[in-house]
Amino acid sequence: MKGTVEVRQHRAGWAFVAPALVLIGVFFFVPVLAGLVLSFTDFDIYAVGRPDFARFVGLRNYVQALGNPMFWKALGNTLFFVLVGGPLSVAASLVAALLVSSKLTRFPGLFRSIFFMPVVTTLVAVAIVWRYLYQPQYGLLNWALGGLGIRPVDWLGDSHWAMLAIILLAVWKNFGYNMLIFVAGLQSVPEELYEAAELDGASPWSRFVHVTLPSLGPTFLFVGVMTMLGNFQLFAEPYVMTQGGPLKATTTVVMLMYDEGFRWWRMGMGSAIAFVLFVIMLAGTLLQMRLQREGRS
Amino acid sequence: MTIHERLLRHVLVVFFLTALAVAAGCGRPAAEGRVTLRFWAMGREGEVVQELVRDFEREHPGFRVTVQQIPWSAAHEKLLTAHVGGSTPDLAQLGNTWIPEFAALGAVEPLLPWLARSRAVAESSYFAGIWDTNLVDGVPYGVPWYVDTRVLFYRRDLLARAGWDSIPGSWAEWLRSMEDVKRLAGKDRFAIFLPTNEYTPWIIFGLQAGSPLLRDDDSRGDFAGAEYRRAADFYLDVFRRRLAPNVAGAMIANRYQEFERGTFSMYISGPWDVGEFNRRLSPAMSGAWSIAPLPGPDGPASGLSTAGGSSLVLFRASRHKAEAWRLIEYLSRPEVQLRFRRLCGNLPARVEAWRDTALARDPFSRVFETQLRRAVSTPKVPEWENISLRLQDRVETMVLGHARPDSALAALDREVDRILEKRRWLLARARRHAGAAGALP
Repeated sequence: MKGTVEVRQHRAGWAFVAPALVLIGVFFFVPVLAGLVLSFTDFDIYAVGRPDFARFVGLRNYVQALGNPMFWKALGNTLFFVLVGGPLSVAASLVAALLVSSKLTRFPGLFRSIFFMPVVTTLVAVAIVWRYLYQPQYGLLNWALGGLGIRPVDWLGDSHWAMLAIILLAVWKNFGYNMLIFVAGLQSVPEELYEAAELDGASPWSRFVHVTLPSLGPTFLFVGVMTMLGNFQLFAEPYVMTQGGPLKATTTVVMLMYDEGFRWWRMGMGSAIAFVLFVIMLAGTLLQMRLQREGRS
Repeated sequence: MTIHERLLRHVLVVFFLTALAVAAGCGRPAAEGRVTLRFWAMGREGEVVQELVRDFEREHPGFRVTVQQIPWSAAHEKLLTAHVGGSTPDLAQLGNTWIPEFAALGAVEPLLPWLARSRAVAESSYFAGIWDTNLVDGVPYGVPWYVDTRVLFYRRDLLARAGWDSIPGSWAEWLRSMEDVKRLAGKDRFAIFLPTNEYTPWIIFGLQAGSPLLRDDDSRGDFAGAEYRRAADFYLDVFRRRLAPNVAGAMIANRYQEFERGTFSMYISGPWDVGEFNRRLSPAMSGAWSIAPLPGPDGPASGLSTAGGSSLVLFRASRHKAEAWRLIEYLSRPEVQLRFRRLCGNLPARVEAWRDTALARDPFSRVFETQLRRAVSTPKVPEWENISLRLQDRVETMVLGHARPDSALAALDREVDRILEKRRWLLARARRHAGAAGALP
C-alpha cells in the first residue's frame, strides 16, 4: 500500500514539472544542441535558402576563431569588463544593501525602489541619457570634473576611456538587482549574533567583518557567479552606446558573435564563438566555486 | 542582468513576436475583390511615398496599399527576420548593395519575366551602372527607384586663390591642384579630407584605376593586383605629401564647420550632403563651394564613382506579385519619379526624368548626371560589406604607416580569399553539376 502511494506521488511530481521541463527542453536544450551542431558546419547565407549548401567542417570554425586577432581583442575587452566591472558592481550592491538595511535609514522601502529603478528601465532610454552625461563638451560629467579642475575627457570617443564609461553605466544600471539579493541575505543573518558580538565589545567594523561577511558567504557565491555570467555576455550596453568602437575598444565577445552570425551570416562561426565563450564562463564559474570552498574551509 | 533573466526575456520576446504576427494576420481585413499590397519603405522615402501611393490607389480602385515605414538603421535586420520568419511584404525598397544578399537568400523574385512583358520599365531608361547593380549573375532582381553617387565637394574660393578655376580631370593634375591649395593653406590645414574610417573612397580609387577588386568570378581578392596597387599608391601619396590629415572621421568633430574654416578644401560625398552643406554652412559661404565630377587616373572619362541608391523588389513569397509589379511600374513613371524628387530630393533613376527643366537647369544636378553616367557597380557578392570593412582596416594601417602597401594588400587578399572560400566551393560544385545547379548568387 505504502509503495503505491509513493509511486503515485512520484508520478504526480513528474506531471507537475513536465510543462516546465518541456518548455526548457524546447526553448533551451534543443537550440543549444542545434547551436553545437551548427558550430561544426559552415552554415552561412548561402545555406539559409539551400540547406545542402552547408558542409561539416570539423573544428575549422574553432581554429579560425582562436586564430583571429579580433577574437583575442574582444576577449581582452570582455575580461576587463568582467574583472573591473564585476567587483565594482558587487561592491556597489553590498554598500547599497547595507545602507538600505541599516536601522538608521528612514524610508528603506523608498530607497530600495529608487536603487532598483535602473534595473527595470529600458536600456536604450538609459543609454540616451548617459550619452548626454558623457558628452565631452556639454556633458554633466565633464562639467563636474571641470569644477574640480580636471580637463574634459572624451568618454565614448577615446579608446582608453570608452570601456570604463561602459562599466560605469553598467554598474549603475545593474547594481540594484544584486542589492536586493544582499538585502535578503542580510535579513537572514540572526540578530543574536550581532547582539552577542556587541556584548563582547566588537566594534561596528569588526561586527561587519566577522559576522556580516561570513554569514553572507552563500549570497556572495550566488551574486558573484551570476554577475560574472552576466558580465561575460556584455552586449547591449556597447551595442547601443559605441557600436564596439572607438578602435574596437568596446567590442566584446558577444558582439563579435553577433557580427559573425547576424551581420555576416556566418552562423557556424558565430556558434563556435558562443561555445568558446561558454567554456570560458564554465571555467570561471568552477574557479569561483572552488575559491569559495577553500575560503570556507 | 542574470542569464536566466536574459533567457526568459528571449523566450518572452519570441512569444510576443509570434503573438503579434498572428494578430497581424488576423487583423488584416478579408479581401473582397480588393487587393491589399504590403509595401515596406525606409526612412524619409517611406514617409513621402504614402502620398504617391494614394494616387496609385485612385488610379487603380481595386488596390489598397499599406506602406510600412522602417527606419534605415533597423531595415536590414527587419527584412532578414521577415524572410526567415516567412512574413516578407509584397514589395519593398532595398538599398541596391543589399540585392546580392537577398538574391542569395532566395528572398527576392527574379524580374526577367516581368520585365519582358512590361512596356513601362525597360533597361534602356536607366543609367547603365545603376542598372548593373540590380543584376546578380546577369539576372535582374530590382528596378532602380532613386540613385546616388559620390562626387567631389570643393571650396571654389580657396581653389581660385590657388590658381584653379575648376577641378581638373586627371589624377596628376588633381594632385597638383591639391599641392597648390596646401601651399596656401599652411601646415595645419589640408587640401582634402579622406576619413580613414569610410571605405567608399578606397573602393572608388580602385574602380577608377581599373581594378575589378575581386577576380576569378568574384571568388578571390584582387587587391594586390597591379590596378589596385596603382590606386593605393595614389591615395597613399596624398597622405604622404600631407595633403590629407590621417585621421578617422570622428577626429574632425564637425566636418561642415571645418570645411567652412578651410581646414580642408575638398571632400568626397553624395547628394544627401548638398542639402546638409546648404543648411549647415553660414550664408556667407553660398557660392564659395561647389561640386564636381571625380577626377580619374587617365582623365575625366576614367573618373568613375559608385552606383548607389535604392531599388524596388518583389518578394518571392508574395501572393500578389502581378499587382505589386503594377505599383513598381507606377513608381517608375518619369513624372512620378519627378514628384518623388520634389517631395524628398532624391535623384530620379529614370533618365527621362533628368530632361525635366528644373533638373536640366540646376548646375549641381548636371554634375550628378555626369557622374551617374560614370557610375559602376561594386562586386555583387553578399560578402561585399564584410570585405569593404577589411579593406578599411588595411587602409588605416597603411595610412598610419604601420604596414607597407605590399604586405598589407597581400594580407588583405588572403583575408578576402578566406571569406570567399565558400563561393569557390559553390562555383566548383556548380561546375561539377554543370547546368544542373541553380544560379549562383
